[in-house]
Amino acid sequence: MEVFAFYAFASASVAGALLMVTRRNPLAGAFALVLSLGALAFLFAMLHAEFVFILQILLYAGAIMVLIIFTLMLLNLTPEELKEPPIGALKGFLILAFCVAGFVGFVRVLRTIPEGVAEVSPDFGNIEPVGRLMLGNYLYPFEVISVLLLVAVVGVVLLAKKVI
Amino acid sequence: MAVYLIGLGKALFIFLFALILLPVNIYLERKGSAFIQDRVGPNRAAILGVRLAGFIHLIADVVKLIFKEMMVPGHVNRWYFMIAPFIGFTFILFAFAVIPWADNLSFGSWNIPMQVADLNGGILFILAVTSLNVYGIVLAGWASNNKFSLLGGLRATAQMVSYEIPLGLSLVGVFMVFQSVHLNEIVRGQGELLFGFLPKWGVFVQPLGFFLFGAAAFAETNRNPFDVAEGESEIVAGYHTEYSGIRFALFYMGEYVAIALAAAMLATLYFGGWQIPWVTTDMLRNNSELALKIMLSLGTVGSFVGLLTMLGFDKKMRGTWPAGDLRNQEGRILGGIAFLLLVAHIAALVFFNGKVFPEWGQSTVAVLAQVAMFTMKTLFFCWVFIWVRWTLPRFRYDQIMRLGWKNLIPISFLNIFVTGLVILLLDSRGG
Repeated sequence: MEVFAFYAFASASVAGALLMVTRRNPLAGAFALVLSLGALAFLFAMLHAEFVFILQILLYAGAIMVLIIFTLMLLNLTPEELKEPPIGALKGFLILAFCVAGFVGFVRVLRTIPEGVAEVSPDFGNIEPVGRLMLGNYLYPFEVISVLLLVAVVGVVLLAKKVI
Repeated sequence: MAVYLIGLGKALFIFLFALILLPVNIYLERKGSAFIQDRVGPNRAAILGVRLAGFIHLIADVVKLIFKEMMVPGHVNRWYFMIAPFIGFTFILFAFAVIPWADNLSFGSWNIPMQVADLNGGILFILAVTSLNVYGIVLAGWASNNKFSLLGGLRATAQMVSYEIPLGLSLVGVFMVFQSVHLNEIVRGQGELLFGFLPKWGVFVQPLGFFLFGAAAFAETNRNPFDVAEGESEIVAGYHTEYSGIRFALFYMGEYVAIALAAAMLATLYFGGWQIPWVTTDMLRNNSELALKIMLSLGTVGSFVGLLTMLGFDKKMRGTWPAGDLRNQEGRILGGIAFLLLVAHIAALVFFNGKVFPEWGQSTVAVLAQVAMFTMKTLFFCWVFIWVRWTLPRFRYDQIMRLGWKNLIPISFLNIFVTGLVILLLDSRGG
């Protein structure tokens, strides 16, 4: 049962990712990415990392992707604007070779991980340990990142406003 | 096996709870708006003369919408256009999974929480799945391939994304007071008393948070005064301009289920959820015979009043229609049903008189009383949503954005700050 669920969600995630790359229409691609992220969230849920599952949906599928789609809808690109010149044979071959090499390398790296390391504590990904990590062990990085985000927000407002 | 069956039963219960609230909400909306505008409201559709004060209109509507032709304009993006109406509806139904409707049903070795899923993230799950609700609107607006629809979709998205922030921030105060994100624990925390007499409901410890959450919930459900997703004078019907038939109805059903969800959340977080004020679960369990008797007596009084009303109705309306019209009989039919209910209640009162309840019986009585309480609170907030819609004028789009970003968000930060300060002071005094 669990294995079937895993394969269903994993293949949905991969299919979404593939669709995201191959769709010509940017909005269709964005929706495919939402599907991929949602399926990925269910993989977290299957690990009983319920808080991470919720955050994945809330932040990525529910907030970031909505903003991306919002932007795409505002741009409203027509198919004519998206026509790209075809890739040459040499370029295409190089890209393909790069992908294959990357995949092989990734599998090799995965093989080096000894078995048993992947086991996590039973409260992995729950709200208490995540909170303790974020506001305990990594308090300073967390605060620095929030300052960074604040700077970005102020910068956006500054750029977008005509009169300050 | 038993675990799966219990889980299935609980899922079915909350699913039906949400789906039954849907026609109830529509009925409340129609009759409520009629009441507020001093009209009669729908009262014509009848089955064999029974009109149920307009309730039959709902059945007529659903039958009409299901059998109506579904027009798909030629210029739409067909696949996305077809799936968009289902998204909002589905995700909001998901969110009901974490709402508790009673205290645990416990007897023998069983201790069954009356909540489908007690996720570790608790209420954040509701925020997560309702944030996916936006996709239904975005997809509908974009796939319709029409400027009005696109604008409506954009407006609704911007509004929902903006108001998710005060919604989430106002919840932080509740988390701080009750030290938990689990809805069942938040409700249990609200069973205590404040200063010895006031129930420790969210609305009393987080009054500002309640109003913030309420305002944000109104915006999230796209209800008046925040219903800019559509606007007849500006963008026609917004994102569902191109829809017809049952898919059009699905958007509205989604809206009414969202109201039911928001009402259930308001009741759970700020009005004690399934807690009956001043009556704890233990009190209910230990005095289950008395509790059942009170409930049955209320039912008896209710059906008696119903019987009297129906007799009066019969007297008033008899002869309004020509002889042979079945509508002449309506008062008698409904009066008969009320009479049967009255007899059933009295029979139950006699039957349970002096019975000693087993443990499971005590627990069941407690659960029944709490479910009734929870349903009443939820219905009250459903009515508040309708009340506000027909009372307040709507905001202009830029006013909504200004209210959300410049007023509600700073106030919710203030709310968190003050809550933290008070908790700190109370702790330092106590320790």
